[in-house]
Amino acid sequence: MSDTSTAPGRRPVVTPPRVLAALCLIAPFVGMLWVGSYAKVEPTFIGIPFFYWYQMLWVPVSAALTSVAYVLVRREQRARKGGDGA
Amino acid sequence: MNDGVNGVALAVFIFFFVVVTVMGFLAARWRAAENANNLDEWGLGGRSFGTWITWFLLGGDLYTAYTFVAVPAAIYAAGASGFFAVPYTILVYPLIFTFLPRLWSVSHKHGYVTTSDFVRGRFGSKGLSLAVAITGILATMPYIALQLVGIQAVLDVMGVGGGENTNWFIKDLPLLIAFGVLAAYTYSSGLRAPALIAFVKDTLIYIVIAVAIIYIPIKLGGFDDIFSAASDKFTKAGAGAIAPGAEGQWAYGTLALGSALALFMYPHSITATLSSRSREVIRRNTTILPLYSLMLGLLALLGFMAIAAGVKVDNGQLAIPQLFEDMFPDWFTGIAFAAIGIGALVPAAIMSIAAANLFTRNIYKDFLRPNASAEEETKVSKLVSLLVKVGALIFVLGMDKTVAINFQLLGGIWILQTFPALVGGLFTRWFHRWALLAGWAVGMVYGTWKAYDTPSGAQRHFGNTADIPGIGEIGYIGFTAIVLNVLVTVVLTVVLRALKAPDGIDETTAADYTADAGDPGVQVDLPPATAGSPGGH
Repeated sequence: MSDTSTAPGRRPVVTPPRVLAALCLIAPFVGMLWVGSYAKVEPTFIGIPFFYWYQMLWVPVSAALTSVAYVLVRREQRARKGGDGA
Repeated sequence: MNDGVNGVALAVFIFFFVVVTVMGFLAARWRAAENANNLDEWGLGGRSFGTWITWFLLGGDLYTAYTFVAVPAAIYAAGASGFFAVPYTILVYPLIFTFLPRLWSVSHKHGYVTTSDFVRGRFGSKGLSLAVAITGILATMPYIALQLVGIQAVLDVMGVGGGENTNWFIKDLPLLIAFGVLAAYTYSSGLRAPALIAFVKDTLIYIVIAVAIIYIPIKLGGFDDIFSAASDKFTKAGAGAIAPGAEGQWAYGTLALGSALALFMYPHSITATLSSRSREVIRRNTTILPLYSLMLGLLALLGFMAIAAGVKVDNGQLAIPQLFEDMFPDWFTGIAFAAIGIGALVPAAIMSIAAANLFTRNIYKDFLRPNASAEEETKVSKLVSLLVKVGALIFVLGMDKTVAINFQLLGGIWILQTFPALVGGLFTRWFHRWALLAGWAVGMVYGTWKAYDTPSGAQRHFGNTADIPGIGEIGYIGFTAIVLNVLVTVVLTVVLRALKAPDGIDETTAADYTADAGDPGVQVDLPPATAGSPGGH
């Protein structure tokens, strides 16, 4: 590939799908670094304090968010390639 | 603590050990290429691994035996604060998703095998590349040592570690055997061996966790009883808690974030990433790797179960192996121990390969023998992977175990200091190479000094959390060091740019960072073009 294959009429760098993908990726940081929001024992779930089950709940949640970001980014990439006139 | 050798457990353990050893040697033939004598082949498995193999490989080296022993051990000792490993592994994946595909693309374009290769190519600075290489090797060595500590813990509980009174050679013989086997198959099969063995390791670990997390709570009377027993213990001891108090929250958050940033800077996570077939493989992986975090969270809870089960050990590292031996029937204890033992071999192999790649590419070839052929590179790498492991072994046998753990903590702080050069470099060329080097030096010195200066539990040195200057909260030292590092880098870059200090030559172009296998307009799953041209420049 040559270094400058910039087709005229490129899509802007910041697009709604990209913003959405970024939000999906940032959300876990807000959730996990705001420790004060979950540093408590109640309510418990089958005897497990909130502190533990809440963080473990974030594992599937963040996986789902990353998957959404993945789909968005891939779709965006395809759109960009299509835009090059292939 | 133990009464004699647990024969059944030992037999099962040895059985699995033999199985993976055979697999390790056969791995050389698995997906083999015509020419095994270049570093891409031995050190990156020919860069041919798809989503699932990459998943096992990354999981295999990020979640090590030490993790499985140390995380519950931390919970056993201190409660909630040890659980930071879970948010830490949650945060790793969005980071990998954002950064590593770019590194994959540019490495694939220019034939980079290590992070130092990239830094040298991007900033045109051998000094900076050397700093990154040395940091990587320094941080990896104690990590490998800790894997051996994990095996040792299992052997101890099985009763084959020997008592304090036995001759040192008899005492360490099992560890020496395990080590010899590891060294031999890494040497002959390269990265393919741990990739293949990781299948066995993960299967075993999943089985053990599934059983442990259902069987042990039932035996102990449910989570209610487990947590109330733990709560009692922490109240009585006056240390540790079920949920962190207000004063511990900054430490918890910065430890999680700092460790997450550090994790994928380690040479072995980069090695596993670069060995994947395309950048899509990496992104797809970040959506399935969190399965391991769930496993880690459940494992962490075992620490509370050890308290509730009344496990009493002086050395916290033995808490979980001891819990398994107390709770499980002998044959299943054997399986559990095999899972931990094999869980140590896989990462130790990947880490030693990663450290060896760094040495060969960025010290040997850059500074000692610039004209080394591909074959010579591979030969040196193989030898160094042996040396690195011997070094780790000496570490474990010769020094107190707490030394290995302290160094691993320091390693985390150190490796984090390569973040501005690597991740900064992936997105911008603005940073000046000299500023990056200065920032790195400041971060290294501050981190090392501060860690040395901070007491940890009963020890006088090597704590990992300290006062963050200026905001009056306790936080992770590595985190403070990286903030300092970035500040120095930014300020010096402005100064150096104003002084028109000479910039290095950037051999990469913007398009290199988004290139994918088969880009543009070709099939996605074509093998990357690099396979035959290591270090193509």
